[in-house]
Amino acid sequence: MGLFDFLLAKKQTATIAKDRLRIIVAHERAGRGSNSPDYLPMLQRELLEVIRKYINVDAEAVKVDLIGDGESKVLDISVALPENPAQA
Amino acid sequence: MAEIIVVTSGKGGVGKTTTSASLACGLARRGHKVAVIDFDVGLRNLDLIMGCERRVVYDFVNVVNGEANLKQALIKDKRFENLYVLAASQTRDKDALTKEGVQKVLDDMVAEGFDYIVCDSPAGIEKGAYLAMYFADQALVVVNPEVSSVRDSDRILGLLASKTRRAENGERIKEHLLLTRYSPNRVETGEMLSVGDVEEILGLKTIGVIPESPDVLNASNKGEPVILETESNAAQAYDDAVARLLGDTRPMRFITAEKKGFFSKIFGG
Repeated sequence: MGLFDFLLAKKQTATIAKDRLRIIVAHERAGRGSNSPDYLPMLQRELLEVIRKYINVDAEAVKVDLIGDGESKVLDISVALPENPAQA
Repeated sequence: MAEIIVVTSGKGGVGKTTTSASLACGLARRGHKVAVIDFDVGLRNLDLIMGCERRVVYDFVNVVNGEANLKQALIKDKRFENLYVLAASQTRDKDALTKEGVQKVLDDMVAEGFDYIVCDSPAGIEKGAYLAMYFADQALVVVNPEVSSVRDSDRILGLLASKTRRAENGERIKEHLLLTRYSPNRVETGEMLSVGDVEEILGLKTIGVIPESPDVLNASNKGEPVILETESNAAQAYDDAVARLLGDTRPMRFITAEKKGFFSKIFGG
């Protein structure tokens, strides 16, 4: 802190922290909600391993969600392929 | 009936052991019979913070394995005759504690007439942390006003609501937030998450806010739980938190910035 520092507006980093936390916490809570069984993360990891035997994909490329739609539930698996899917 | 309180956080270094020691002392100072257990197998530290490291003969794992009985392993505090410490084992065997073993020790403590059993959880979400929280009636989630600590606390809150005995029986653990290392000045300048911010993100009320204080390090150097440094803001904040845990209502102190004078604003400091 030096001469006249107080005149300069400081960057409000706490606001950035709060916004980032709101998003990530909401995301992570959704991932462990009551309609999200324990096996989803494991299923996602194993699927990723299998897919990687054939295609080089990022860890985030495989998304596994259980979508509750009234009485029926849908296991939604999506795999985003890289632009140049090189074989593993 | 004994009340089992877990002090947990997920993230390391946020003040779990400091809090466990002060909570145990605060409860004992009010006349309750208290045991505080170090669940950090392999990384025993509560004994140092409590100042009884040279009096550890038997530890938690010895009792679980039947190599010593509870009475032999409990270390009686020198300051409060109704306060006892159960040290963690220094074994590297991560499976030294089992759910059955922990349950037996806790049952023995209940039979011994303890009013409060404080479980000092290790960091992380591995077996030690799981066992520390499993039998709890209440949880004190220690959080620093900082992104990684807040996120990890949310993770722990999720586990408290699903991976504990109470959760399995369809009951809830009573959860409390305890903010530590709080700097009102930095909150004021917009550099640190405020109490309200953390409460809003985690959806939970705070039971206490411990200001950042040099007294915490000084107390740990001496092996004196900081709550006993009665002149210290941190000690008073811990005492308020203990009082609230026991049902008192007390206003939050030490959460507003000290007013700076005109000259210190200009010349810094």
